[in-house]
Amino acid sequence: MTTAKGYGTLIGDGLWSNNQMLVALLGLCPLLATTTSATNGLGMGLATTVVVTCSNGTISLVRNLVRPEIRIPVFVLVIASFVTLVELIMQAFFYELHLVLGLFISLIVVNCMIIGRAEAFASKNRLDRALVDGLAVGLGATLVLTTLGGLREFVAQGTLFSQIHLLLGEGARGLTLRLGEDFQGALIAILPPGAFIGLGLLIALKNLIDTRLERPTRVRTVTTPAVSAARS
Amino acid sequence: MKTRSILLAGFVLGSFAISGVALVAITHEAVEPRIADNQYQAMQRKLASILPAGQADNDPLQDRIQVSGGGLLGTDTAQVYRVHRGETSVAVILEPVVPDGYAGPIRLLVSVLRDGSLGGVRVLSHHETPGLGDKIEESKSDWVYGFEGRSLTDPPRDQWSVKRDGGYFDQFTGATITPRSIVRAVKNTLLYVERHGDRLFAPAADTPDQPARESS
Repeated sequence: MTTAKGYGTLIGDGLWSNNQMLVALLGLCPLLATTTSATNGLGMGLATTVVVTCSNGTISLVRNLVRPEIRIPVFVLVIASFVTLVELIMQAFFYELHLVLGLFISLIVVNCMIIGRAEAFASKNRLDRALVDGLAVGLGATLVLTTLGGLREFVAQGTLFSQIHLLLGEGARGLTLRLGEDFQGALIAILPPGAFIGLGLLIALKNLIDTRLERPTRVRTVTTPAVSAARS
Repeated sequence: MKTRSILLAGFVLGSFAISGVALVAITHEAVEPRIADNQYQAMQRKLASILPAGQADNDPLQDRIQVSGGGLLGTDTAQVYRVHRGETSVAVILEPVVPDGYAGPIRLLVSVLRDGSLGGVRVLSHHETPGLGDKIEESKSDWVYGFEGRSLTDPPRDQWSVKRDGGYFDQFTGATITPRSIVRAVKNTLLYVERHGDRLFAPAADTPDQPARESS
């Protein structure tokens, strides 16, 4: 398992087939807490990507040095250091965004996805592969966080990427989408239950797409119940 | 042999701890001034946004006093920032707490001009329901701008409540408790300034640290 995979497979796994958020369901805590808007999801996803890439790289570099008995404490130390660094840098350079996301950045430490990648992949693989894996897994998480954030934001407030200028600078203001001033959405989407419902729908959607791709001949019989389930 | 491997493991773990802490400490040292500067500027911008443009020439963050709010400011000790132009006092900015928000206390920033009218109100922190009560944030709705220029005579005192209670101020759809509490807290802040205004607006030199203690 650890020898044969090329970069392409690694990227495919991280982004889609083994997406840590949708398939492994790791890192639910930040996933559910921060995705109240697409901007928050994107910011959290990018921060997570930085941390998982750095920690994967570091752990891969020292994998022959660290004895198995102490590997978990070492992973925790490495991850916690990187998270603190990200938080400090964010406070210094993206202060406004930190005001929105600040509370959740420290949550990256307890994101099981990161220690999961350290244990399952980085500690057994070369530096380049560990970095690619970290990047792919991180971007896969970003994708899910942003989609779920966008979904919840859109259903609840009728906007997409509001406040994106805090993340990408003034030039990005044009990305914000708004459905009229007095949009009355479904409030539940932005409350905690909305996160679970949204995540459920995303998982259903992914499974639906996978099923279609895998069994093109049985499309009708297999997917019809799934479609109605996803829409209800 | 066994002891050696344990020691070795301890040494490796220890060096990871030391390098991790060192890395964090160095970065912290490097960005600390920048972070403090960010916080200072963010607060300065917030203060400036509730003051009439171009009227102040001091930095209100440098001229602040602690007052005991008694029953009116919702907190035992509140910060007051004082805004001058030369020797003349322009406004005071208070940090009252709304004790009875829907989901916990709400911290406000209220600027009161020399003539007793409001320069503006901002919400510093709150725990209100997203989508309902959080319309008190200026990024979510214009509601909080409605206080600008109001005073205890405009609207008259008995009109200082939300429309549902027969008053002047709007509530929002689905949330009455939050605006009701905030209107009451802003009114109390104005009452506080009315009572202690002379001392709050006095030049820095002859202000006692603790203007009159108030019992509700």
